[in-house]
Amino acid sequence: MAGESHAVDLSHAMFTQPVAFADWLVIAPVVTTIIGGAICLMTRKQTTLQPWIGTFVMALLVAIDAALLARVMTDGPVTMVMGNWLPPFGIAFTVDAFGALMALVGAVVALTGSVYALVDVRTLSRRYGFYPLLMLLMTGVSGAFLTGDIFNLYVWFEVTLISSFGLLILGSSRPQLDGAVKYAFLNLIATTLFLVAVGYLYGVLGTLNMADIVRTVRELPDAAPIGTIAALFLLAFAMKAAAFPINFWLPASYHTPRIVVGAVFAGLLTKVGVYSLIRILVMLMPENRAVMADIIVWLAIGTMLSGVLGALAQNDIRRMLGYLVVSGIGSMLVGLALGTADAVGGALLYAVHSMLVMTALYYVAGIMRRTGGAFDLAGLGGLYGANPLLAGLFLVLGLAVSGLPPFSGFWPKVVLVEASLKAGQGLLAAAILLTGFLTTLAVGRVWLFAFWRGGPLGTPDGAEHLPTARVPHETRLAAYLPVFFLVALIVWLGVWPEPVFAVANQSALGMVDPGAYLDSVFGGSE
Amino acid sequence: MEPVLCVLITVLFSASFYLMLSTHIIRVLLGVALLSNGVNLLIFTAGRLLREVPPIIAEGQMVPTMATANPLPQALILTAIVISFSFFAFLLVLGFRAYQALGTDDVNEMRVAEPEREPEPPMGY
Repeated sequence: MAGESHAVDLSHAMFTQPVAFADWLVIAPVVTTIIGGAICLMTRKQTTLQPWIGTFVMALLVAIDAALLARVMTDGPVTMVMGNWLPPFGIAFTVDAFGALMALVGAVVALTGSVYALVDVRTLSRRYGFYPLLMLLMTGVSGAFLTGDIFNLYVWFEVTLISSFGLLILGSSRPQLDGAVKYAFLNLIATTLFLVAVGYLYGVLGTLNMADIVRTVRELPDAAPIGTIAALFLLAFAMKAAAFPINFWLPASYHTPRIVVGAVFAGLLTKVGVYSLIRILVMLMPENRAVMADIIVWLAIGTMLSGVLGALAQNDIRRMLGYLVVSGIGSMLVGLALGTADAVGGALLYAVHSMLVMTALYYVAGIMRRTGGAFDLAGLGGLYGANPLLAGLFLVLGLAVSGLPPFSGFWPKVVLVEASLKAGQGLLAAAILLTGFLTTLAVGRVWLFAFWRGGPLGTPDGAEHLPTARVPHETRLAAYLPVFFLVALIVWLGVWPEPVFAVANQSALGMVDPGAYLDSVFGGSE
Repeated sequence: MEPVLCVLITVLFSASFYLMLSTHIIRVLLGVALLSNGVNLLIFTAGRLLREVPPIIAEGQMVPTMATANPLPQALILTAIVISFSFFAFLLVLGFRAYQALGTDDVNEMRVAEPEREPEPPMGY
């Protein structure tokens, strides 16, 4: 072999200190859910035991994510590098306030899902693996929120995707197969486009570590085709997030699975797309985001309006909720379009609000089906007389999703409208307000037909046509408990939003100025 | 070597987009399979090509002393191949089950989840 031997000082390539015990917290969400999933898979036939394991692991996940968020809020971003290699050589998990906040809210959604599944997912579906798939879904989602490496983001996306396929076709009814075909193909194409962008990015920059990308993108010559890569990322993640022209897979599939699966999807999956959009376009490629800002403004307006107009035209409550999920994505894209710290903070607040509210609305739709016997507006009626408590819960959630005070939807909309007016985007502000108004109409229509009206379509008003079916007594608590919990959070966010505001602002500042993120990754190497 | 691979990637991408625009699931599936292969080649090419130089470090040395092939894209592709193959298998089964249950593999005729004549929402109280 040619060349002389080099003496290499390994201290420049590796951490020589062992990982501090507290730093294991960074990968604990992923490890916990994988182990939980494995245990659930082993106890596949103990269908009465599984929900307890599932709920316990999800509660543990909430605790871990809360601890992680508390740590990040006090100490700034935390990094753990696999195998002790120094970044950018080792694969990094970097947690900042943004990732930790999204992971915590995601874990809360999954916890409520695993409780609601006591009612909704019966023995056979448990045998087919509802709980293991839910755990693996959370593994993918937590991994995507916490990773600091773009190729790993792709891998976590795929983990999320394959478990979501499994959950979607749980039960294999004909509508489910139909919806799953569209969902599966379009989402797989979106992640493959994401991989194309990752391949180009590696070709141009030679690195895939997010913090390293932030450094190297700044030093690129102007001729580098980074704009094309940014556009590819926008296309791929907009498809994952169900933004306007490429959102048709969501309303085609979200109403087909079990209600708890729809609820967890509505809370988690599209938000992972929004998270990646903000992380990559705002933090990694701010200049290219600014170039595409006008396009993103129209994407946001189109998503908001097409979503809410779709919701107005639906007869089936679940399909209406699917369109409302799309419409909410539009509001989050406003933050991406403006790119200022205020607007990104507003988008994060909106994401937190939307995750909680959409999940709770799906649960309520499930209880409405159990009480009234139908999912469509023509067949429902008189629910107020049959179940005033449910009517109250739906009213709270309806006002929250429309963005009316004193519930959680109000503050993010205020922040977003203010930020768009400050940026001179009056059209965007108008679209947000119009969407809020139309959402109120869509939700109000459900209230009018399902709750206020005396009975199903064609029956006269009066008490004699009230629905008689009820949630079976022994499972009622498991159905209502997640809704109460989420409604309590929504009211709390509406009347005392300061703590979440603080986290969202710190996250947004970290996105716009990733200095602390870089310090956390590269601090150990100096 | 790069220009040849670039042409190959172009051919794979064009063929896959053509197939994915079809309305038949089986053609879309073949398109997805071609697309994932195209992407793998793309990552491989993006990692710079070098022939016949394995990244092996000689005895007694700590780092390779000459230009070697970049092992990282190969690791990335390995991951991507495994993932895309498993997805291909899943989609194949899903497409077959959908064909069995719905009696068609034409996506325009799959209208179970979104029926063609949906009942209109109630217009009046």
